[in-house]
Amino acid sequence: MAKTTASDAQALIRSLRSAYASTPTNLKIIDLYVVFAVLTAIIQVAYMGIVGSFPFNSFLSGVLSCVGTAVLAVCLRIQVNKDNKEFKDLPPERAFADFVLCNLVLHLVIMNFLG
Amino acid sequence: MGAIKADPSSKAPISSSPYSFFPFLKALRLKTKQQELLLRASALCLIYVLAFAIRLFSVLRYESMIHEFDPYFNYRTTLFLTRNGALEFWNWFDSESWYPLGRIIGGTLFPGLMVTAAAIYKTLHFLRFAVHIREVCVLTAPFFASNTAIVAYFFGKEVWDSGAGLVAAALIAVCPGYISRSVAGSYDNEGVAIFALLLTFYLFVKAVNTGSLAWALASAFGYFYMVSAWGGYVFIINLLPLYALVLLVTGRYSMRLYVAYNCMYVIGMLLAMQIRFVGFQHVQSGEHMAAMGVFFLMQVFYFLDWVKYLLNDPKQFHAFLRITLTCAISVGALALGVGTASGYISPWTGRFYSLLDPTYAKDHIPIIASVSEHQPTAWSSFMFDFHILLFLFPAGLYFCFKRLSDATIFLVMYGLTSMYFAGVMVRLILVATPAVCLISAIAISATIKNLTSLVRTKSKALQSSVSKGAASLKASAKASFDQALPFQKNGAIALLFGAFYLLSRYAIHCTWVTSEAYSSPSIVLAARGAHGGRVIFDDYREAYFWLRQNTPQDAKIMSWWDYGYQITAMGNRTVIVDNNTWNNTHIATVGRAMSSYEDEAYEIMQSLDVDYVLVVFGGVTGYSSDDINKFLWMVRIGGGVFPVIKEPDYLVNGEYRVDKGAAPKMLNCLMYKLSYHRFGELTTEYGKPPGYDRARGVEIGNKDVKLEYLEEAFTTSNWIVRIYKVKPPKNRW
Repeated sequence: MAKTTASDAQALIRSLRSAYASTPTNLKIIDLYVVFAVLTAIIQVAYMGIVGSFPFNSFLSGVLSCVGTAVLAVCLRIQVNKDNKEFKDLPPERAFADFVLCNLVLHLVIMNFLG
Repeated sequence: MGAIKADPSSKAPISSSPYSFFPFLKALRLKTKQQELLLRASALCLIYVLAFAIRLFSVLRYESMIHEFDPYFNYRTTLFLTRNGALEFWNWFDSESWYPLGRIIGGTLFPGLMVTAAAIYKTLHFLRFAVHIREVCVLTAPFFASNTAIVAYFFGKEVWDSGAGLVAAALIAVCPGYISRSVAGSYDNEGVAIFALLLTFYLFVKAVNTGSLAWALASAFGYFYMVSAWGGYVFIINLLPLYALVLLVTGRYSMRLYVAYNCMYVIGMLLAMQIRFVGFQHVQSGEHMAAMGVFFLMQVFYFLDWVKYLLNDPKQFHAFLRITLTCAISVGALALGVGTASGYISPWTGRFYSLLDPTYAKDHIPIIASVSEHQPTAWSSFMFDFHILLFLFPAGLYFCFKRLSDATIFLVMYGLTSMYFAGVMVRLILVATPAVCLISAIAISATIKNLTSLVRTKSKALQSSVSKGAASLKASAKASFDQALPFQKNGAIALLFGAFYLLSRYAIHCTWVTSEAYSSPSIVLAARGAHGGRVIFDDYREAYFWLRQNTPQDAKIMSWWDYGYQITAMGNRTVIVDNNTWNNTHIATVGRAMSSYEDEAYEIMQSLDVDYVLVVFGGVTGYSSDDINKFLWMVRIGGGVFPVIKEPDYLVNGEYRVDKGAAPKMLNCLMYKLSYHRFGELTTEYGKPPGYDRARGVEIGNKDVKLEYLEEAFTTSNWIVRIYKVKPPKNRW
């Protein structure tokens, strides 16, 4: 029973890998950025677990900047992905400009909140 | 786009353009589309002016002054902001209220309204209009009401079409539910907050419809403005996740929803935490957890959706789904459980919990239960505030369901949830008003469109049957269909007249309601004199200005919390408790002092350094909102903290009386003595004995009131406000 589930899991991972390999490079770069941001957030949460959460506003601003920029990158990926029919007529330059603007606002607020 | 379907090149004998009615338009030689734009723009301009003008009744009848109680606090803080600047305002600690505790005003208010008024004031001064800040404060609410009407137009246009938008703007410009809190002089948070609410909703619906990050950012800013303006922002932060959840569950989700909700949530939450009063509530309070929960749910949901698209194989995807779901649900449940159990996630506060369980406040929090605006709504209030919109609301819901889209689903949800809350608390009719106006506008617009198209098709069918060349199947079918119902056109015209009549009755009702019910300043009372002339009672301001001019600068005034804001704003003296009601024990102390015998009360007043006591008394004028009528609430609140005060002591057989048969404790308590001092000698009405209380309609029980520790300092001309000075302790010998 365990062997079949193990081989199931292996087959799952293999098919995921092969399917993912076919995505275009620009999307892979965005995915890498998202993974980096989420990892940074996890590291910050682990650090908070060790040393405590004072000052709370700094902790929140750090974590939320990582989470926020990850989420915005995912939105950019959605808008730039050619397979999404809804965003067919959205030029990628506009998507990127929106992404930059939202990041700018996000980081300005973070800098105010950092204390 | 609009209701006019004629094309520019139409040469129909029945003219579809207004050339025949407005000959000057012919001179301008406009195309139909431009005529339509002109009509729409002029209608919107008229609606803008109308929304402003209908709110000016009290300015014309009395004078340009601030109404009620809460607006005086807002006025005082705005004055402070314009005089001392933003940094002083943000860090303001006020020692003039809640003596001896003081209040951290900078951190316990919603600054949106004050900042808005100060910005308008600075702009006007920059343009060299030297207006006083009070005028700006008085007219802020009507100005924002006009802006709300414009936003309602754009919202209606987004959800349905521009016709519905116009009707929505017209309806909300005069709807009494909104007017009640936004007349000129009602300088309160709701005047600005409803504008912010509708703006946020409009921007969010626009973001969901277009899937653009820029619109989602704009809605985050709208949400920030709402959070800075009013505590009712909790409604937005719970409605939006509920809406997202409904879309996810019904399968109507799309990538646009992901972009709109996530961008708005993260940036909106960050912006909201910049307001000191809100602080970290977005991650710690139970009321905001729904938004966070839906945020995480969305990440999981869309991640699974992406994996499903990647794998292209249902069996493998099911296995993956099972693993992910169990992990996610267990982690989520664990986090929620640990958070709630350890108390980190605070439970719903009493104010909002009483919305879900309306009986909660009456048993547990008497201060919340005592506010008249927090009572459940009666049907008459609904009819009074909405008139025909009340039965147009279900009709509009029907039309929304007929044409379901992301935007109409949002509108339906907004309407239903806000109507539920409007039923729980009278004050929240205000939040339901934009939804009701928009949905009713859809009903009106769709119905009138159908009727006018019926009125027009007959002529078109005649036309096509005459021209032999263009006899398409559709036209002939229409002609035969029309001939089956010969009175269709007449019926449609009759129904149109009926709709016109209903709308005109609505306009008349709204104007009448505004004029009669919602334009009174509450601080100045008016009545009809013996010969029909108008008599004005300006006692409140008389008393406050007496305080300002005749008491020492550091005098402390004790009164019931209703009048605290007005005393600090107009009398410029320190008060013991005011309308903020943040400290229940302090209010209970004052309540205890008012309900005790004079010697016990004197001890309490000495401990609080009280110099003057202010009571409001309506016995001479028949004014029914005086302190004797509020007295039982003082007893209840005082008794809630100090068991020494027992409510049955003041009642006789469960009845509240002030005449000869009243309870002995009632006849000798401080409030009774201060209200009826020297009243026993006064004849108030022809044919009644002296000491006849016109507000209660009885002759008072204890006419011989002797005060030992206080002396009368001032009584206004109509005896409405009475001020007593606390005597210093007697010399030892």
